[in-house]
Amino acid sequence: MHGLTFDVAHMLAGSLVLVSFLQLYQDRLTSLLNVFALHALVLALSVAWQAFAQGAPHLYITALIALAFKAIAIPLVLHRMIVRLGIHREIETVVGVGTTMLAGIALVALSIMVMLRVTPGADPLAREDLAFALAVILLGLLMMVTRRNAVSQVVGFMSLENGLVLAATGAKGMPLVVEISVAFSILIAFIVIGIFLFRIRERFDTVDVRALDKFRGDQR
Amino acid sequence: MTFDAVTAVIVIPAAAAALLAFLPAYRISARLNVVASLMTFFAALSLLGGRPEAGRYLLVDDLNHVFIILTTFVGLTTSAFSASYIEHEIETGRLTPTYLRFYHAMYQVLMFAMNLALIANNIGLMWVAIELATLTTVLMVGIYRTHEALEAAWKYFILGSVGIALALFGTILVYMAAQPVVGEGLDAMTWTLLIERAAGFDAALLNVAFVFLLLGYGTKVGLAPLHAWLPDAHAEGPTPISAVLSGLLLNVALYALLRFKLLLAANPNALAPGSLMVILGLVSLVFAAFMLYRRRDIKRMFAYSSIEHMGIIVFAFGIGGPLANFAGLLHMTMHSLTKSAIFFTVGHIAQVKGTQKIAEMGGLTVTHPVLGWGLVLGVVAIVGLPPLGMFMSEFLIVSSAFAREPWLALPLVLGLLVALGALVLRLNSIAFGEPVGPSDPAKASYLPMYAHLALVFMAGVYLPPPLVAWFQNVAKLLG
Repeated sequence: MHGLTFDVAHMLAGSLVLVSFLQLYQDRLTSLLNVFALHALVLALSVAWQAFAQGAPHLYITALIALAFKAIAIPLVLHRMIVRLGIHREIETVVGVGTTMLAGIALVALSIMVMLRVTPGADPLAREDLAFALAVILLGLLMMVTRRNAVSQVVGFMSLENGLVLAATGAKGMPLVVEISVAFSILIAFIVIGIFLFRIRERFDTVDVRALDKFRGDQR
Repeated sequence: MTFDAVTAVIVIPAAAAALLAFLPAYRISARLNVVASLMTFFAALSLLGGRPEAGRYLLVDDLNHVFIILTTFVGLTTSAFSASYIEHEIETGRLTPTYLRFYHAMYQVLMFAMNLALIANNIGLMWVAIELATLTTVLMVGIYRTHEALEAAWKYFILGSVGIALALFGTILVYMAAQPVVGEGLDAMTWTLLIERAAGFDAALLNVAFVFLLLGYGTKVGLAPLHAWLPDAHAEGPTPISAVLSGLLLNVALYALLRFKLLLAANPNALAPGSLMVILGLVSLVFAAFMLYRRRDIKRMFAYSSIEHMGIIVFAFGIGGPLANFAGLLHMTMHSLTKSAIFFTVGHIAQVKGTQKIAEMGGLTVTHPVLGWGLVLGVVAIVGLPPLGMFMSEFLIVSSAFAREPWLALPLVLGLLVALGALVLRLNSIAFGEPVGPSDPAKASYLPMYAHLALVFMAGVYLPPPLVAWFQNVAKLLG
């Protein structure tokens, strides 16, 4: 079974990390959303390949959800939203691109060192998947802290969730309940975010989180 | 699945939520909210008579039964408080009937999520329930839609989801550790099977999993340095939600942590989780105690006090052993009761004074004796002065710390004293001295708050032996 199956799974999971890096330096919202769609697409492929490799047909559903919902529906809606808000050209990073990339490399190294060390007994496929998944999660977190714009924070959060789905599918035989709930939680999260963006827009005429920071309860 | 009390604890809130979502009249829904909470409480109490066998998804044992009864009880009293609280919010126009309909439905969804998290026999299900509870409270915190409320909700949402994501990763790692031993599928997530076979799990994987779980659920517990969402969320949301957040939701996250601590304790090769919890607990306690001095907003101040007490509780469970665990459990119960009573009082005070700023309220014992003295009693209880319940639990925690690790007791006592100083200082200006601000009579329901305070007082004077035996049993279980 190893050989080709393993190589393809490895490549797909690795590409997910690569696309996470691509996201880190996108300086316009439109291109960021496109890269996120690519991220979700790679995830869908990776999950589908896992479904094939593990002989677990229910994982195809997870792959389909990733494809339809995260690679197509959400980017489309967010595209329309940023155009309507008139912010499709802007993006601000708190930290410079170079520093962010270096931090990202450090995080990937960290996750590989941690995960490979603690899972010597596990199935090699699951093992590498887990290391890559942790890298994607940490890169998503990095994106959330280095961006100020609410939309790009949301994208960071969603790529973080992609990493979680990768981890969940890598764990062999993980019950379906959890996968559906993961996908479902993203849906809920998205609704919540939608409401928030709507409200933030309504109140401040901006989706820049920095505008919110002015209203600190204690420092008035 | 047969319909029994265990199912009732989660079905009643779920059904009530669905019903409340369609009821336009807020007076009726406020009452229905109370009735539903009362029924849930009775269902939880009826489990005292006899607990069913652990099922595949649901489980009631000594440990979570304490939490369930506490949650349903505070849920009940808070719903009663909420009924009188929202009356005022409607009058001042801060909330519209549409929002109230949403509010009541969400309240029951929150109750459902918390009960499900407590009762779940599956670590995946528990995670889903805690995530649901988080999302619900995010919506509730932002319900006033002011600048501050939106910022608080957004911050809570971002930090909460990061925490919950880390917790999911930890959960997946636990599954990975369990899968070779327990087998694939649902079994490797079922709590009762996990704990039985924990000795055979891969220890290194469990260790990493626990670090993620501690950070993830620790964010929800409000442990420093992951606490940033907590003061904002408490200060800007409706006060009944502050009471439920402090009194219950923090406990639920703590419960999740305790479950996983048990799992690590059952594995001889895994690291002892205690030291990590002790460090995080002490940092939270001391940090929050010093932060208390600079608070100008009354709800924010008591939110920091919640961080402080969660620190104490996590510290106690981290020290471990029958005595410290007993004290931690007692302290958690007392804190839930006292802190929600304080928030009930503070909610009415803020409504009477029309502000949450400490500088703009004063002399409450003169203008509103019932509220003012209620607050005095609550603060006396929360800082741990005798003869109230928290004195006993704090005393037990300090003495067990002295017995086990004397030098750890120093920062603990320091934190406690600093917090006492800060709260008493503020209380002095709020409750005594020249009356400041409007002094219209309050339209308040005093029953919930005094019921809580009476219970705390009783616990300080006399703990019924069956309760002591029960807590001791749980403490032994926690190791």
